Amino acid sequence: MAYPRADAHQGTGRGKTVLTASDLQRVVDRIAHQILEKTSGATGTVLLGIPTRGVPLARRLATRIHAFEHIDVPVGALDITLYRDDLRLHATRALGKTEVPPGGIDGRRVVLVDDVLFSGRTVRAALDALNDIGRPSSVQLAVLVDRGHRELPIRADYVGKNIPTALTESVRVSLAEVDGGVDEVKLTGGDAS
Amino acid sequence: MIKHLRSAADLDADTAILILDTAAEMAALAGREVKKLPTLRGRTVVNLFYEDSTRTRISFEAAAKRLSADVINFSAKGSSVSKGESLKDTALTLQAMGADAVVIRHPASGAPHRLSSWIDGSVINAGDGTHEHPTQALLDAYTMRSRLGRLDGLNVTIVGDVLHSRVARSNVLLLSTLGAKVTLVGPPTLIPVDIAAALSPGTKVSYDLDSVLPDADVVMMLRVQTERMQDSYFPSAREYSRRYGLDLPRMRKLPEHAIVMHPGPMNRGMEIAPEVADSPRSTIVEQVANGVSARMAVLYLLLGGK
Repeated sequence: MAYPRADAHQGTGRGKTVLTASDLQRVVDRIAHQILEKTSGATGTVLLGIPTRGVPLARRLATRIHAFEHIDVPVGALDITLYRDDLRLHATRALGKTEVPPGGIDGRRVVLVDDVLFSGRTVRAALDALNDIGRPSSVQLAVLVDRGHRELPIRADYVGKNIPTALTESVRVSLAEVDGGVDEVKLTGGDAS
Repeated sequence: MIKHLRSAADLDADTAILILDTAAEMAALAGREVKKLPTLRGRTVVNLFYEDSTRTRISFEAAAKRLSADVINFSAKGSSVSKGESLKDTALTLQAMGADAVVIRHPASGAPHRLSSWIDGSVINAGDGTHEHPTQALLDAYTMRSRLGRLDGLNVTIVGDVLHSRVARSNVLLLSTLGAKVTLVGPPTLIPVDIAAALSPGTKVSYDLDSVLPDADVVMMLRVQTERMQDSYFPSAREYSRRYGLDLPRMRKLPEHAIVMHPGPMNRGMEIAPEVADSPRSTIVEQVANGVSARMAVLYLLLGGK
């Protein structure tokens, strides 16, 4: 018996490509610049990626910020599984890793990083999880794709690309670190498949 | 995910590893200021204890509370059981109260299996007679894995009263599933004939502790159950201690990296010398802390989903 992660990809190749590898790289570069701009040089800032794909994205952002301004921004991971509001609607989920960077998050500006912003429920869970590990001075949100259909009053501070979608469609983000060497964002299901 | 944890044999390798990985994440919580998760809010966990227990009951209680479950503690003393209520009627009462999980310790082997046929919730075996104690095996496996980095291929020596030990039985089952090689050591009167073959074919039996120590990665000392001392399984406490007790000279025969475990409560000076119990190789205190993490993992995986 194997336990696939809830967000494991089921096959690739189908669907419409909305971001290619080079698009994705440009988008990450832009968000890195925006974080530097909006946080006046990213001092006192911590990047926390939400597993699975938020974590490599946060690492990439930190690498780009370092390349642009030679600042080392601490990177961590924040697993939100235990804070989800839909645990009882699905089979038990395996947990991801939570890694709080040394120095913690107290009094710092936390930028949450995730791949897709959809209902906003993941971000709500992340805010609850943050509450239990410390008290940041402020919290911001960076996402690669905002696909709309919010169910909670949540918006992102940094958006890679707004992709209008139908509820029947799904956005598949592939990152080289976790998806076997491919960087791309695809839209599948609905009319796009 | 499985619904009940009645036996360590309920767990295949993937499920066992999932529990150990989850326990590792739960352990990270112990270092935090707020040691609480909202995960099992609104769920009810009943601790149904027909036998005395300190660490297991408290450990389950702490685990359930850290996951925000409501905990009801039931001990047979001072309850309707002393008025003669049967396990089945108690089970039906718990069922009517809407227990999502029942953690049961019972002097009769197999009680958790019976219980699971009467109630809708999950049943977790916290020790039944001389049968099994699966969460103890999980926390032991977790402790070995975190100290030694792996389980596959480890030589684990379990020493003492195997005959009456539910800890030994669950450990043999779980450790074999996870690829460790178990050797049971003790006086012939306390190691049932054919137990190795019955539990897991790869298990070895030895009556000579000194000969197996040089190859052991883990030595797990079992408690000599003083309530059985009258039953003449061995001539005297002193003789037992001389042949099967782990003292300093014996500990020196172990490889450099080997660890010493004990499920507790221990009889210092009997099966384990105080200097050994307090040595850096001993994981006895660690096992207690790991027990909470392992039980949180079990509760989450049994109750956290649909």
